Amino acid sequence: MRDLSGWGRYPRTSGPLGMVSDVDDAAVATALLSGVVARGLGRSYGDAAIGRETTLSATGLDRMQSFDPETGILAAEAGVSLAEIIETFLPRGFFPKVVPGTRFVTIGGMIASDVHGKNQHNDGTFGDHVEWIMLALPDHRVLRCSRAENPEIFAATIGGMGLTGTILSAGIQLKRVETGWIRQKTHAARNLDEAIRCLQQTEDATYTVAWIDVLARGKSMGRSLILEGEHETLSDLPWGEIPFPTSKFGRISVPMEMPGWMLNGASIRAFNAGYYLNGARHAGRDRVVTWDAYFFPLDGIGNWNRIYGRRGFVQHQCVIPEGAEHVLFEILDRLSAAGAGSFLAVLKRLAPASGLMSFPMKGLTLALDLPVSPENLTLLTQIDGLVAGAGGRIYLAKDALQSRDTFQAGYPDLDRFCRLRDDIGARGRIASKLSARLGL
Amino acid sequence: MSLTARHLLLLGGTSDIGRAVAKHYADNGWQVTLAARDVEAASRNAADINTRQPDAGVAVEGLDILETESFVSFLDALHPLPDTVVCVVGMLGDQEQAETDPDHATRIMRTNYEGPALFLDMIAARFVSRGYGMIIGVSSVAGDRGRASNYAYGSAKAGFTAFLSGLRNRLATKNVHVATVKPGFVETRMTAGMDLPGALTAKPKDVAERIAGIEIRPRDVIYVLPVWRLVMFVIRSIPEPIFKKLKL
Repeated sequence: MRDLSGWGRYPRTSGPLGMVSDVDDAAVATALLSGVVARGLGRSYGDAAIGRETTLSATGLDRMQSFDPETGILAAEAGVSLAEIIETFLPRGFFPKVVPGTRFVTIGGMIASDVHGKNQHNDGTFGDHVEWIMLALPDHRVLRCSRAENPEIFAATIGGMGLTGTILSAGIQLKRVETGWIRQKTHAARNLDEAIRCLQQTEDATYTVAWIDVLARGKSMGRSLILEGEHETLSDLPWGEIPFPTSKFGRISVPMEMPGWMLNGASIRAFNAGYYLNGARHAGRDRVVTWDAYFFPLDGIGNWNRIYGRRGFVQHQCVIPEGAEHVLFEILDRLSAAGAGSFLAVLKRLAPASGLMSFPMKGLTLALDLPVSPENLTLLTQIDGLVAGAGGRIYLAKDALQSRDTFQAGYPDLDRFCRLRDDIGARGRIASKLSARLGL
Repeated sequence: MSLTARHLLLLGGTSDIGRAVAKHYADNGWQVTLAARDVEAASRNAADINTRQPDAGVAVEGLDILETESFVSFLDALHPLPDTVVCVVGMLGDQEQAETDPDHATRIMRTNYEGPALFLDMIAARFVSRGYGMIIGVSSVAGDRGRASNYAYGSAKAGFTAFLSGLRNRLATKNVHVATVKPGFVETRMTAGMDLPGALTAKPKDVAERIAGIEIRPRDVIYVLPVWRLVMFVIRSIPEPIFKKLKL
């Protein structure tokens, strides 16, 4: 028995964690075990990567298989991490087409959550750049799935939270980059209206995202820093910089769980205000930053999840469809009125995604984290209601709380997903704490 | 591929330590041949290294360390004769099973001692006639003193340690260096599920670094984590009448 939880350290459970060392083992385990789901590096926040009965650790599936520099397609086992991919291929001038906010995630996890990044509005999700998937099913079959082969299962596996079977390996598309630097431009938006407009106006940029101060109130409600980014070209790179810097990160770490009182309204308010004011000073000017500082700022602080103390935290990410922006104002109003602050909440415009259960839809997404407390859990339940009422949805990779009603309202292709799970014999066999909670 | 690249033959190409050693040598520009019984599993490691390091050119050859008659033809087919051979072949086995099942005990003893020793003896002869070579054998601290919990394995490793020491002695004037590596606890599939003390436990990568370090600074006997030299000194110093009553 092992203690198991997501990155938010809430909820905490314990259960058996099976290790597999190759894809054959993983396929056999998938067929023999019941109530099982694969787990990568455990960076989903809630209960998605915990098996209802048994959890299958896929970190032993860590071999790369081949890389074709002509097409940029990497074939690799599902447990290979994004950090390894970048470390291996960035020096050769390749970068993943889509990266989430941490590089300590696996290929299998990125497919299962159909993760998105700061370029989702232009380049789609991670799943859009997956060429094929080898998937182990409960009936002992190992299927190759792609847009041409078993397309239904392919579409259900992208964003399917591991619930269609165990992802064994995949072919993923990398893109050519000239350097490992990002040219970043910061815009300051004084309130939510300005932030939304600014995100719209910066959509031509490859990457654009807003860090939003959810505690600012009144006229400043929703004040944000919008960070545009472009891959720096070799010719524009400041003189003397090496084209492909290696990560400097990982030198500091949160050594233990912080006492809960350290995170309070005042400290978070001060942090957010400072962050905004500091960023606003740089507004309008270009800065050239390393890939890790731009894409993975929190990876620089090891075990940052401990900062929320023993009770853990919940990460909450919703998307509000286009046309219902007023709901976003109401959500911010409730958050700021409750003084429920979050370090570095994120606001971003999304485009629709292709997976059956993928999170993105056309609209605005807001991601934030809150320490676990009875008040905050109640608040988030109320926010879920607002999201559902607006026709939005909650991101399953972050979720630890949402109700079945919210879930069913948010994912219109759920019936098709469930039917497909029935067809391949996954119902009841492939199951996580999340699927059990949501009645899948 | 460089024509002047040095060549490593690695025996035990499917183990976690073997994988790390192969990767480390390949990263440093060596040509590597993985020898293993399970060619498919070794090919998986070779593909991994070749994908991460496009100049590596890691190759795979089938070799069953228990098929001692096959060694001559295996060695005859090796071109070129490697500069270095590293042997990480090992099988922990199940001590309790070994006590009642002579076939299992035999397998442990032959895998950890007989096969590796015979193979290294044969390649040593070829190194001597060529005029140089490096032989690195991964033995075990378990061979430093027999203990109830794993003496089938430990006694075979003790034999292997003594073999390496004798070979070293014989080849000391022949420009062929022989090194003995004792890893102590290592986080691998062999030890998965064991509760290992962190301060005494190395990672496969650490073992690989120490082994490759021997190429730069030849050493005779190394413990991967230096603390093991002290630990084993203490364990060896316990008088037998006391030692035999300890639960180890």
